[in-house]
Amino acid sequence: MIRAEGLRRTFKVGKETIEAVRDVSFDVAGGELLALLGPNGAGKSTTLRMLTTLLPPTAGRVHIAGFDAAREPGRVRRAIGYVGQKNACGENHRIRDELITQGRCYGLRLRDARRRADEVLEILGISDLAARVPGTLSGGQRRCVDIALGLVHNPSVLFLDEPTTGLDPHSRAGLWDQIQRLRREHGITILLTTHYLDEADRVADRIVIVDRGRVIADGTAPALKADLADDHLHITTVDTDSASAAARVAGQLAGVSQVAAEGQAVHMRIADAGAALPAYLRLLHHDAITVTHAGMRRPSLDDVFINLTGRKLEGTGHAYETTGAEPIGNTHA
Amino acid sequence: MPELLRDTVTVFSREITPELRSPVGIVLAMGQPLLFLILFGSMLVGTEADLGAGAGDIWQWFVPGILVMMCLMGPLSAGHSMLSELTGGQMERFLVTPVSRTSLILGRTAKDTATLFAQAILITAIAIPLGMELHLTGALAAMALLIVMAVGLSALSYVLAIASLPSGNLFWMVTQMVIFPITLLSGILLPVEAAPGWLSTAAMVNPVAFVVEAARALFVGDFLDTSVLHGALAATALATIGLGLSTRAMKRGF
Repeated sequence: MIRAEGLRRTFKVGKETIEAVRDVSFDVAGGELLALLGPNGAGKSTTLRMLTTLLPPTAGRVHIAGFDAAREPGRVRRAIGYVGQKNACGENHRIRDELITQGRCYGLRLRDARRRADEVLEILGISDLAARVPGTLSGGQRRCVDIALGLVHNPSVLFLDEPTTGLDPHSRAGLWDQIQRLRREHGITILLTTHYLDEADRVADRIVIVDRGRVIADGTAPALKADLADDHLHITTVDTDSASAAARVAGQLAGVSQVAAEGQAVHMRIADAGAALPAYLRLLHHDAITVTHAGMRRPSLDDVFINLTGRKLEGTGHAYETTGAEPIGNTHA
Repeated sequence: MPELLRDTVTVFSREITPELRSPVGIVLAMGQPLLFLILFGSMLVGTEADLGAGAGDIWQWFVPGILVMMCLMGPLSAGHSMLSELTGGQMERFLVTPVSRTSLILGRTAKDTATLFAQAILITAIAIPLGMELHLTGALAAMALLIVMAVGLSALSYVLAIASLPSGNLFWMVTQMVIFPITLLSGILLPVEAAPGWLSTAAMVNPVAFVVEAARALFVGDFLDTSVLHGALAATALATIGLGLSTRAMKRGF
């Protein structure tokens, strides 16, 4: 449904040429929900702008619903809905007026545009906002209006650029319910960008991670975690000497990396924590090291990103502090 | 072509709807020209100054100038509203639809000129009880001329709004720098003839000054005056350049 082939985009700022997007390729199947993840400045929004005909690529091709975006932008525009980062409803305009205008822009007759405006208001459950202007709405309501504007012409593909940024958890949850319902009931293909990893993890069928203008990983969340990041495993002993001894024992385990003793605790990254924990406990028992607590955690998407780039995805971008052994060399080609 | 027309109507209706919903805004936007008309105009009449006002009364000399002033101020807010939609997400939202790029400019200029026309009629109507003698066909012809100029000026302010992206600062800098000299050098408040030589030379290259002269001739019904021809040429040139540049900027994308 969506195909990006070798997308590249440079900008001239003064005499410098900035490469916002260097090489981005991926496919999105019909009905799929794909999340484009990456830190600020990774090229997510620029990629989205190229996919939606807003920005001509410096190199590469975009195909949407079988149409080449460079040759037939009109066909592509008819097939897609786009919800940008900013609010799309004019400040002096009533919500329903804007929805009707939007329908008219797609060539609907006035009567059809009115009917369709009422329909999307109904679909998103915001019919009561029809006569309001955006200034009187909450952040979550505004976002719903933006999505309504993107749906007026029944697009088969919907692009959402950070749809939930700046919303409180309650509004975020509500918005996701709406998006999931659109997929279930209308089979819309959705491509979204977000920097909330938990959201991408929960809702996306597939995740494409971009960094510095390139795709560095592409797969389902479970597959990315299994292939690109180790589990967390930790135990607590009775004193610091036992902990250092236990850390030395941990070094013998298969597939272990980044072992660190901190006070009475030992923390490590390991390929299959579920299988390693019983073996580790047996070894410690053999060395008469008392373990008072043991636990493990599956890796997060943030772990995947750290493994790929050595940097954290969330937060202010300060480098991840490695504790102990070298990061494992399990990077994506 | 029918699509361009349909899209222009769509954009025009979008822009005009909020004005129609609260027409008070159109009147409030007239505050400054109204003050000039009533306060400054009355004083000017009181001085019984010789303004070189051919056959007509001083009001017939002064009102066309105020109308031109409105045509200068109107595009300023037109460009401002476009700029806020460019930096907000609204313009982007239109650009992902198949709507004609040219119509986004034409629809907006059509709305600007429609509001200016309404304001011009109001100002003229208010001037009559103040003592202006009305030459109806002349006044309407003057308004038609001013509308052609306003189309050009608002289109140019859209070009400026687009050129000043992403920050928008350029828009304010240029507008501030350009609007006041053009206003002063167009002879709106005082006759250009009264200026020293170098200054009237500067006014000679100001297209708006020609339009002001032409509007004054038309207001007294002097259709055959050569200034009318010059003013019409200046206004048409402004409109052609403005529409040409703005539709080109719009098609090129940003």
